[in-house]
Order: sequence, then C-alpha cells, then structure tokens
Amino acid sequence: MSLKVLVAVKRVIDYNVKVRVRTDGAGVDLANVKMSMNPFDEIAVEEAVRLREKGIANEVVAVSIGVRQAQETLRTALAMGADRAILIVAADEVATDIEPLAVAKLLRAVIESEKPDLVLCGKQAIDNDMNATGQMLAALLGWSQATFASELVIEGDHATVSREVDGGLQTISVRLPAIVSVDLRLNEPRYASLANIMKAKKKPLEEKTAQDLGVDVTPRLKVLETVEPATRQAGERVPDVATLVSRLKEMGVM
Amino acid sequence: MAVLVLAAMAEGALGADATAKTVTAAGALGAVTVLCVGTGAEAAASEAAAIAGVAKVLVADDTAVDHQLAEPTAALIVALASQYDHVVAPTTSDAKNVLPRVAALLDVMIIPDVTAIIDAKTFQRPIYAGNALQTVRSDDPKMVLTVRPSSFAAAGSQAAAPVEKVIVPEAPGLSSWTEDRVAASDRPDLGSAKIVVSGGRGIGSEENFALVEHLADKLGAAVGASRAAVDSGYAPNDRQVGQTGKVVAPDLYIAIGISGAIQHLAGMKDSKVIVAINKDEEAPIFQVADIGLVADLFTAVPELIGKV
Ligand SMILES: Cc1cc2nc3c(=O)[nH]c(=O)nc-3n(C[C@H](O)[C@H](O)[C@H](O)COP(=O)(O)OP(=O)(O)OC[C@H]3O[C@@H](n4cnc5c(N)ncnc54)[C@H](O)[C@@H]3O)c2cc1C
Ligand SMILES: Nc1ncnc2c1ncn2[C@@H]1O[C@H](COP(=O)(O)O)[C@@H](O)[C@H]1O
Repeated sequence: MSLKVLVAVKRVIDYNVKVRVRTDGAGVDLANVKMSMNPFDEIAVEEAVRLREKGIANEVVAVSIGVRQAQETLRTALAMGADRAILIVAADEVATDIEPLAVAKLLRAVIESEKPDLVLCGKQAIDNDMNATGQMLAALLGWSQATFASELVIEGDHATVSREVDGGLQTISVRLPAIVSVDLRLNEPRYASLANIMKAKKKPLEEKTAQDLGVDVTPRLKVLETVEPATRQAGERVPDVATLVSRLKEMGVM
Repeated sequence: MAVLVLAAMAEGALGADATAKTVTAAGALGAVTVLCVGTGAEAAASEAAAIAGVAKVLVADDTAVDHQLAEPTAALIVALASQYDHVVAPTTSDAKNVLPRVAALLDVMIIPDVTAIIDAKTFQRPIYAGNALQTVRSDDPKMVLTVRPSSFAAAGSQAAAPVEKVIVPEAPGLSSWTEDRVAASDRPDLGSAKIVVSGGRGIGSEENFALVEHLADKLGAAVGASRAAVDSGYAPNDRQVGQTGKVVAPDLYIAIGISGAIQHLAGMKDSKVIVAINKDEEAPIFQVADIGLVADLFTAVPELIGKV
C-alpha cells in the first residue's frame, strides 16, 4: 500500500505569545511577534511522516495558504520530513486571515491536481479558533471525514479513526480518500534536526496564487470590531483551608 | 425568520441543558424548529418539544444518522435548510463535526462558538483562546452557527409543541460507526455542573487523581482536568477544560495543581468564583482566582475534604 498524503499547515502566532488586541479595534497585534506552525498541524505533519516511515505512505506534500512568509512554515514541515511543499499566496498583509471556506476551496483545487489518498489537517487553528477547514473541505470534495483524531490506522482502502468527542472516545471507519483532522493526543511531534533543516532548504517548494487556482478569497464574515475581553482581577489570598471554607460559605457558593 | 436547531444528543438521549440554552440563543433570531436525529430519537423529540420557545420538533428516527455521523447528518440538514434562515447548534463535538460540513455544502461560512447574538446577521465570538472577542457580520444568504451553551441561559418549559417525522435522504456510505468508549460516571455533567473541581499536572499520578474526585463527590461537583493531566493519563480526555477541551462557567471552579496557561483559562475564566490551590505563589492561575491558597495540595485537599 502506498498512499499519497497531503498535509495542510497554517502559519499562526506562536502559542506561547501573549496576544494583544490593538487599541484601534482593528484586530490583534501581529507586528514583530513570533509566528510558528499551528500546533495541531505539527501533529498532522508528524503523523504523515510516520505513515511514510512505516511504508504506508510514499509521498507527503505540505500545503500552506496565506502570506509569502508561510514559506517558513512549509520549510519546517519539510524539515520534519515532508517531501515537497506548495505555497498558495492569497494575501499580502500578515494580518489578513483567509477564511476556512476559501482555504477549503483552494485546498480542493490543489487536491484535484495532486490526487492524494489522505488529507491530514489540524482540528483547529489557534488564532481564529474556527475548527472548520477539514470538515468544509470534505464537504466540497464529497469525501468522508474523521475529525479530532487521537488514533489513526490505515487498513486497505479504509481508515479506522479514534476520535476525541464530548463523551469520551469514538471509533469510526472512513473510506479513502478521506480528510482526517488531528487532535492533541495523536502523537508527539518531533523536533527537526539541524541536518534535516539544512536538507529541507533543498526540497522543492512550489508557489502559486489564489488567482492561479481561480478561487475568490473575499471574506464572507466582515469583522466589525475586535476587543479585549473583560479581564478578571486577582482576588484575595487566604492563609489556610479553614479561611478558604469560610470565605466560600460567605459567598454562598458552597 | 425561521431557525433550525440541531439538538444535542448523548447516547440516544437529548442533551437537554445544551439544547435548552441553544433554544434561548436561537429564539433571538426567529421561530425555532428543533431537529432530533438517531434511532429512537422520539423520546428526545418529545422532551425537546417541551422546551419553552420551541414551535415545532422534527425527528429523524433513522439508523443512518445515529451518532450524528457527519456525512448523512449534514445531508439531512442541507435537505431541510431551504426552509430556514439560520441553522444553529450548541458547540458540542457533534456540531463542530457536522455544521461546518453543512455550511460548505450551502456555500456559506460557518460562524463557530458564538457567545452573543447582536442581531440576525451579527455575532460575537472569541478568538485566540478567548484573548480577543470579535464581532462579525455575515453577508451570506443563510447563516450556520454554533453557540456556546455556557453563554446563554437555559429556556424553561412549555406545553409540548407538535412533533413531525422527517425522512433522511439516501447517502453514500462513506463512513461507519464502530464504537463509543464513554466513561460511565454518576457525577454531574461537566458542561452544566454548578461546581467543577479540576486537577492538573501537580496531582502527579492517576492514583492521586482520586483526591480530586473525592473532593468533587463531597461537593456534588463535576471533575475537570488540564491538558497536562489528561496527556499524562491521570484523567480521561473528556475531562479536559480549555481552548481545545470543554468550556465551562460554573458558580464555583476549583483548580488544583494547575498553573493557569492561557489555553486552560480559555475554558474556565467565565466561572463565577475561581479558587486556586497551588504551591507556587507565582502561578498565573492566581491572577484570575478570586480566592488563592498557596499550599501543597497533598495537605490542603485532604483537609478541605474533611471540612466540607
Ligand atoms: C494547541 C494547544 C492547545 C491546548 N489546549 C489546552 C486545553 O484545552 N486545556 C489545557 O488545560 N491546556 C491546554 N494546552 C496546554 C497548556 O498550554 C498547558 O501546557 C497546560 O494547561 C498545563 O497544565 P497544568 O497546569 O496541569 O500543568 P503545569 O503547567 O505543569 O502546572 C502544574 C502546576 O501544579 C503545581 N503543583 C505541582 N505540585 C504541586 C503540589 N504538590 N501542590 C500544589 N501545587 C502543585 C505547580 O506549581 C504548577 O503550577 C494546550 C496547548 C496547546 C499548545
Ligand atoms: N491558511 C491555511 N493554510 C493551510 N492550512 C490551513 C489554513 N487554514 C486552516 N488550515 C488547516 O485547517 C486546520 C483547521 O483550521 P481552522 O478551520 O481555521 O480552525 C488547520 O489546523 C490547518 O491544518
């Protein structure tokens, strides 16, 4: 069995960075902040590379959509073990976020020419917290979907996927080609070694634009305002458990 | 305007609390029709019919949509969608799975995890793990959204609205359900409990996690956990609170051995009263806690259990 696997990776603000809302209400400050691969997408790349190492997959193609700087994200995917990369430039401004529906349409266009057997993506981008792209892509292609995967087993033309759901874990079987969105506990992504980072510089990275693919990326949701949520104030420190209990009783919550 | 609400279902029964909260949100948009899906959904349908503000209930009693499997459930909703201006569901793992698929089939954007409804086209939703709140207006002809249950009050009850059957369209069998591994528990549901007691990496082991459970049982509380506690195997995945776990807003949230990473805070910072027990006085959790106790949890928690 030799699958071709496509992985979607998004460039987002690093998960360790303290996010600041711009005072002019125009969104989040992205100037001079550290950007990284969306943590869920690292897990997706790791899974794809493991499938290749096990001989289940024979090619791993990483795709990213956004500003030209997403090249760096793709180089990270290549350093982790992806074979080649495709960048679709769809915005000039780092602050422009491409909506999941448009991302899904661009990915569909790539998939129509690349013809992968399996597409892996993250369950959610940690910037817009949409949790939608994989499901939308599956809909557009008429493919099956398995979201929030914590275990993935390929057997013939099917994938058995354990999913993290509200009640616990659910196992489903999906026919390939399929879209699988990955959750936190699927694997632990590797760090790329220096040697692999060097090697990644020589791997092919193809560049296209949204226009090349004929996809309109105009947002459907107009952002009217972005504000900081009401912040909580630190309360009191109590010296011991007895005081804690009496305070809770006074507050009427216990 | 007409609104279709996809009811929350858990193992064939109505997720009554999440559905009643969603009906409140949907009621601000128009006349509410609730859709209950799955084999034997009739019981859930009659329960949903008695939620105040529900005008009609549709029931798709068909094995094809058991477990709200994405492909057939989305096909069913799309078949019904022409009658409605909005399709709404509570932000559950089922709805997060199904509704984006519905939206794409209708060629509209999904509006996920809405925390406030400004008007029929304008919604507020958290982004960046709740570090920013965005107000968006949709220009799409139809709106598909999930709403965060903890942001809305539950609708009351009424004399039952009419229930109608609907037919599930024939769909290609792209996927099939194999099994659910649900941790059986007599404790209150994490999403609707008045009190939540959560444990983090500081608990140290699966055996020690019994301490958190013991306190929860004494308080009649639900049990939560940080991602670190779940990843380390101290607690099952369905207990995870946070950006990528469950979002809770109980009257009382007790965080034990949890540092307070932003991804964790995203899931609990709307709780009414937050208590933190942590031995590190610099732990960020204290910045959001109403009451902080700097102590070793292995002495403080047993003492607390003894006093409540
Ligand atoms: C994409 C992404 C998504 C994430 N989603 C989530 C999410 O949904 N939910 C979530 O929780 N996290 C999430 N995280 C992880 C998050 O960043 C933190 O790593 C995690 O919340 C830390 O868990 P913790 O507080 O239990 O562990 P730690 O940060 O290790 O904190 C343990 C705490 O226990 C205290 N402690 C230790 N021993 C004792 C003792 N004997 N007595 C008292 N206190 C003690 C320590 O002082 C420390 O503060 C996510 C991360 C990423 C990258
Ligand atoms: N601009 C993008 N480029 C590449 N992949 C993306 C992009 N946006 C979203 N994705 C993929 O879709 C997943 C879910 O994103 P979202 O639906 O935005 O939460 C991400 O984890 C990525 O795998």
